[in-house]
Amino acid sequence: MAKVTKLQRPKLSKTDELYLVGIFKGTLVTLKHAFKSVMGKSRGADSLNSSGLGITMQYPEEKWDDHLPEYYRGAPALVTDEQDRERCVSCQLCEFICPPKAIKIVPGEIPEGDEWEKVEKRPQEFEIDMIRCIFCGLCEEVCPEQAIYLRKDYAITGTSREEMVHKKDRLYEIGGKRVGLVNKWNDLK
Amino acid sequence: MEALIPYIIILAKVIGLTFVLTLPIIAYSVYAERRFAAIIQDRVGPNRTGIPLTIFGCKKDISFFGLLQPLADGLKFILKEDFVPSHVNKFFFWLAPALTMVPALVTLSVVPFGSELFGEKLVIADVSVGPLLVFAIASLSVYGITFAGWASNNKYSFFGGVRSCAQMISYEIALGLSVIPVLMHFGDLNLSNIVADQAANGWLILPLWGEGLTTERMLLWIPMIISFFIFTISIFAETNRMPFDLPECETELVGGYHTEYSSMKFALFFLGEYAAMIVGSALIVTLFLGGWSVGFGADAWVVSTFGDWAGLIHLGVFLVKLVAFILFFILIRWTVPRFRYDQLMKLGWVVFFEVALINILITAVIMAAPPMLERGETGAVAALIIGVVVFSALMFYIAKSLDRMLSSDKSTTVAGADTNS
Ligand code: SF4
Ligand code: SF4
Repeated sequence: MAKVTKLQRPKLSKTDELYLVGIFKGTLVTLKHAFKSVMGKSRGADSLNSSGLGITMQYPEEKWDDHLPEYYRGAPALVTDEQDRERCVSCQLCEFICPPKAIKIVPGEIPEGDEWEKVEKRPQEFEIDMIRCIFCGLCEEVCPEQAIYLRKDYAITGTSREEMVHKKDRLYEIGGKRVGLVNKWNDLK
Repeated sequence: MEALIPYIIILAKVIGLTFVLTLPIIAYSVYAERRFAAIIQDRVGPNRTGIPLTIFGCKKDISFFGLLQPLADGLKFILKEDFVPSHVNKFFFWLAPALTMVPALVTLSVVPFGSELFGEKLVIADVSVGPLLVFAIASLSVYGITFAGWASNNKYSFFGGVRSCAQMISYEIALGLSVIPVLMHFGDLNLSNIVADQAANGWLILPLWGEGLTTERMLLWIPMIISFFIFTISIFAETNRMPFDLPECETELVGGYHTEYSSMKFALFFLGEYAAMIVGSALIVTLFLGGWSVGFGADAWVVSTFGDWAGLIHLGVFLVKLVAFILFFILIRWTVPRFRYDQLMKLGWVVFFEVALINILITAVIMAAPPMLERGETGAVAALIIGVVVFSALMFYIAKSLDRMLSSDKSTTVAGADTNS
């Protein structure tokens, strides 16, 4: 038989029952927060770059960029390697894994005589619809060529739907070049 | 023309004190609430609304710390669609918002904002039944809420209205009883005279000058403090402020009685609530904290130095006290969690009601004892004291047994649930 332990509610002392003492202590806590926040000394204000009131950073003027962690998942983008070769071989794995179907790839062959003829394929068109993308990072995880990465760009805005679809050149522009050992699971990511 | 002058003065007072002074305070107490709440929670609050110069092609907006936020809010309320659901009782639905806002503003008429400015008292109606008028009219605002809840034809609104009704009636009793010792002490119902008396003889809960230093006043201090507590807490309950905001608690009742309201009608509820809070604060300040008096015996000096302009100084002092009290209201709101409904009712009926009654008797004995002792009626005084003690014991017993009855109700249901499981 299972052992049943009956837990007793803590007995309130007479001062606790009066309630006023509790309220007084509570007001002290809130007042302390108020003072600290006016002085700009709230807990965590420094590490969050507070604007001087509370712990809030004033958004458009000050940005989070220095505070983004290494593992931040922003906009997905394509990268080239150190010889400016497109890493993507248009295997379309990312297109298939993408849960909201944000990626659209038109695979293309690398013509003979090209410097990278041996690679055989590269995307002719590569589109990521940033209205659909949920920044899940699955494309990055699935890519066998380590060609697609989630970068730290988060403020992606546009005034039309077309503008929100990142075309191939835009993706390479965000992604840039990846040099050195680029391996999915090491810290260099 | 001569005959018109009194009316012009009254009109000036009404416009000056209500529309120029109080309405902005109401609007800005909403702003203060948001800013202060934000500061308590380590946030910033609305700090940007200002003059949008960027619209006109300038580089930067002028923000004034967001001080134009109330204007923007008001504009938003006016421009929003005024939606009346088809299932409501139209007449009461339209009447309700006005019925919450108007009583709150009417009660302002007896609050003395300051002493005299060029021989004119800074109070709209210098009537000799001040507190009674306030109670009579303030209790009307419960109609607004009840009508709103009922006319909305919606169960959440209805619950909000019913709760508000019960709560206001319960706490009105404590409110009325707790103010009796105060009125007994002053022997006057004219709020201007009450304040003038406090200016000369020490504030009610700070009797440190004038006649305030006598032994009788020192003894009276205790019941006055009790009155102050009960009165303040009852005002919290009357104005539906946290921790007594059960009529509109979002977590249980969506929006409470104003769930179905939108645009300016909602704004009227909202502002009516803040107006009630301001009237409540003004009343507490007037009755217990010396109203417009500077205090510490400095009022005579103020009057002699500034002459006709002393009224303005006093007005300023009153506003400072008022704002401080409003900030206190806000601080409490962001400190204390909401009561459970039965706790609220228990506090009103089992605690405050009894304590307020006993408090009246204590005050009476303290006030009656000195002249009786002078006349050598020691036995009668002793009998009085014994009477108060017996009455208190009786009250205490009633409260205890009520309490036990209520909690035993609960424990039987819990026990029943246990056997079933
Ligand atoms: S991050 Fe996720 S949603 Fe966005 S493109 Fe990659 S797989 Fe699709
Ligand atoms: S980005 Fe990676 S997964 Fe997607 S098509 Fe190119 S190589 Fe394949």
